[in-house]
Amino acid sequence: MAVKVLLKNDHIEGIRYYDTYRKHGGYAAAEKALKMAPADIVEEVKKSGLRGRGGAGFPTGMKWSFLAKPEGVPRHLVCNADESEPGTFKDRYLMEFHPHTLIEGLLISSFALGSNATYIYIRGEYAWIVGILEQAIDEAKKNGWLGKNIQGTGFDCEIYVHRGAGAYICGEETALIESLEGKRGNPRMKPPFPAIQGLWMRPTVVNNVETLAAVVPIINMGGEEYAKIGVGRSTGSKLLSVCGNVNKPGVYEIDMTISVEEFIYSDEYCGGIPNGKRLKACIPGGSSVPIVPANLLFKTAKGETRYMNYESLSDGGFATGTMMGSGGFIVLDEDQCIVRHTMTLARFYNHESCGQCSPCREGTGWMYKILKNIETGKGKMSDIDLLWDIQRRIEGNTICPLGDAAAWPVAAAIRHFRDEFEWHVNNPEESQKRNFGLAHYADPIHVPASA
Amino acid sequence: MSEPTPKFKVTVDNITIEVAPGTTILNAARMIGGDVTPPAMCYYSKLPESGGKCRTCLVEVSKGSEKDPRPMPKLVPSCRTTVMDGMEVKNITSEKVVDARKGIVEMLLINHPLDCPVCDQAGECDLQNLSYEHGTEKTRYEFPRRTFEREDLGPHIQLHMNRCILCYRCVFTADQLTAKREHGVLERGDHAEISTLLSKSLDNEFIGNIIDVCPVGALTDKTFRFKNRVWFTKPVDAHCSCTKCSGKARLWMRGEEVYRVTARKNEWGEVEEWICNECRFEKKSAKDWTIEGPAKIKRSSVIAQGHYENTKKTPVLIDKVIGKEPKFLLNIHDVSDVNRPEIELSKIDGPAHSNDFKTGK
Repeated sequence: MAVKVLLKNDHIEGIRYYDTYRKHGGYAAAEKALKMAPADIVEEVKKSGLRGRGGAGFPTGMKWSFLAKPEGVPRHLVCNADESEPGTFKDRYLMEFHPHTLIEGLLISSFALGSNATYIYIRGEYAWIVGILEQAIDEAKKNGWLGKNIQGTGFDCEIYVHRGAGAYICGEETALIESLEGKRGNPRMKPPFPAIQGLWMRPTVVNNVETLAAVVPIINMGGEEYAKIGVGRSTGSKLLSVCGNVNKPGVYEIDMTISVEEFIYSDEYCGGIPNGKRLKACIPGGSSVPIVPANLLFKTAKGETRYMNYESLSDGGFATGTMMGSGGFIVLDEDQCIVRHTMTLARFYNHESCGQCSPCREGTGWMYKILKNIETGKGKMSDIDLLWDIQRRIEGNTICPLGDAAAWPVAAAIRHFRDEFEWHVNNPEESQKRNFGLAHYADPIHVPASA
Repeated sequence: MSEPTPKFKVTVDNITIEVAPGTTILNAARMIGGDVTPPAMCYYSKLPESGGKCRTCLVEVSKGSEKDPRPMPKLVPSCRTTVMDGMEVKNITSEKVVDARKGIVEMLLINHPLDCPVCDQAGECDLQNLSYEHGTEKTRYEFPRRTFEREDLGPHIQLHMNRCILCYRCVFTADQLTAKREHGVLERGDHAEISTLLSKSLDNEFIGNIIDVCPVGALTDKTFRFKNRVWFTKPVDAHCSCTKCSGKARLWMRGEEVYRVTARKNEWGEVEEWICNECRFEKKSAKDWTIEGPAKIKRSSVIAQGHYENTKKTPVLIDKVIGKEPKFLLNIHDVSDVNRPEIELSKIDGPAHSNDFKTGK
């Protein structure tokens, strides 16, 4: 069933502007929140079970409760709008069409966390959105929702929009903080975590755009009501950005109870795959999460239906499952070449590695070069094992998760599509003319009956 | 009287030591010394904020602490991880660590030129030592290596970016030691490079120290380049009265000639006291200095293989690590005349000659 929480006013013309937004119930949550004690807001968010929408899925309420509150030291809230994960564009939609939802969420969260200076770090490529956000901030300010003594509560809050300069790594929270401070965007060592020493060594919370926007419905509905949407530990609604071989790419809001099959084939969502092609593989959570073949996408290795939520997508671990990630849903049909696709991703991570840690700096480039050889028909059989060995030695051995993000797609591609790689090596000429095709990747997997 | 500060018990490779809270695993391991000390290519104890980048010092924490005995899920950089009471660390006894380190050495070397025979750093190069101890004999990298143009950082320093492993030590040195920030890392990822904006000359009193902190041959002393191999020169400690620095330096001599001046380094290859450019680049005559005597080389590198006087031997701990006496397989001196233990290089007049090592001389 379709659920509209964040995008419930999506159809209203002019919802981008303050007057329309206010008329349709906007800033009601802020009104309510400003009368609450900050600790109670944190408690509501905890009750809602909201998990970070940026990719890692860490419980937001818990993250907020870790924030250190030393006497006399300012605290900061930073909104991570550096949405750079290939395949992910949900935050862009939210900011472009519902800027006031974000501003309201930021105001409530800033009040809850005691942040008087809140930052939106937006990726440089979203140049046109900066104006939209700044206009929304101006409107909110004129109507007394930002600035000094907000709505007579004595709480001051300013929101600043800061533009990044086009580095994927600046989406990593500590690199984002470095960049916001005006330095080179290299990730910091953790600990100390940003909750203790973040922006300008002050306690800082960094949250994704969608996470902070979700605070608005949580306050409106109450944490417990919000937690009733969804299933298990995947509460609330989730925005997904769909791209690739589907009839209706775009941004969808789901309640995490629908199956992956329904999501791809129902007319309400992706509307199936164009031209009667068959599904080959899918990356359900942005380019970093493991790719899964069709036969592991709809059903888990145990033969159960796979649903669009954190737990079900990761069922089976990395061996047979994947991750919810940031919600960048990439669909590949039978005409797509996994080797070429993996090479493209490897090139991206090679280009985006900051170069601090030796395994990531050297390893990502090495993987890209090998994949390029295989793709162009110059590969050797030993290259496949070498790739596996390189990714294994990058994963977990770097400061920030970019190393893991570079290693996982390569690992998953080899794990599930090894025969396609081997076919490329064994048929160097043919592989330049045609694709490997669907092969057996949609065949049902034999599931041993449980005793 | 203040309370005695509590000490934390930490076990590295089955050897337990008590250290002050706040000590890093690496520094605790250095207190034990020998093979249980993880190698460090980017960490430099004299430079706050350094470390964590090269990943060669990764260790496995098999027990977090007495209070929370859970092991840490990932390998941790020992240079930036502080000890907890009751922590148990595995370095050379962990297969995971040995494997990861092998991988990291391989990756550090894939783009590093094989120019040791013409590199001034050879013989005192951390990367050379690291690959000798932890690397494999062959590389699996089959692509052209990355290359950069050589660059002059001022009149005395040559930057050989091809050899750089991006440890950031020189960046920290320049930031922390000298008045203004002049060089840093440009670009990112595998095409990141140390440079100055628009090839500006690095010009300040203490910039020469970036040569000493460089673990590889990326930054070399132009007054010494190609003059001699380091193992043919004799290190002596000397001092002079200098108004800018302590004047305590190490001269690398051949006969009466001073080939090179560097800062004095400790057993971890770290500078003891920074020296100024004038002492380093200009005082190239023995009469500028009061010579104290042969330097105490404590480092395990090619230079230390020469059996200098007063050499501090690294402790042999293998019996403690494995819990029994190792089996002695072969004494190298039974089959080879090279590096005969009774020959003290510092007692030979002038540079060493192969005749010095021939039996029956």
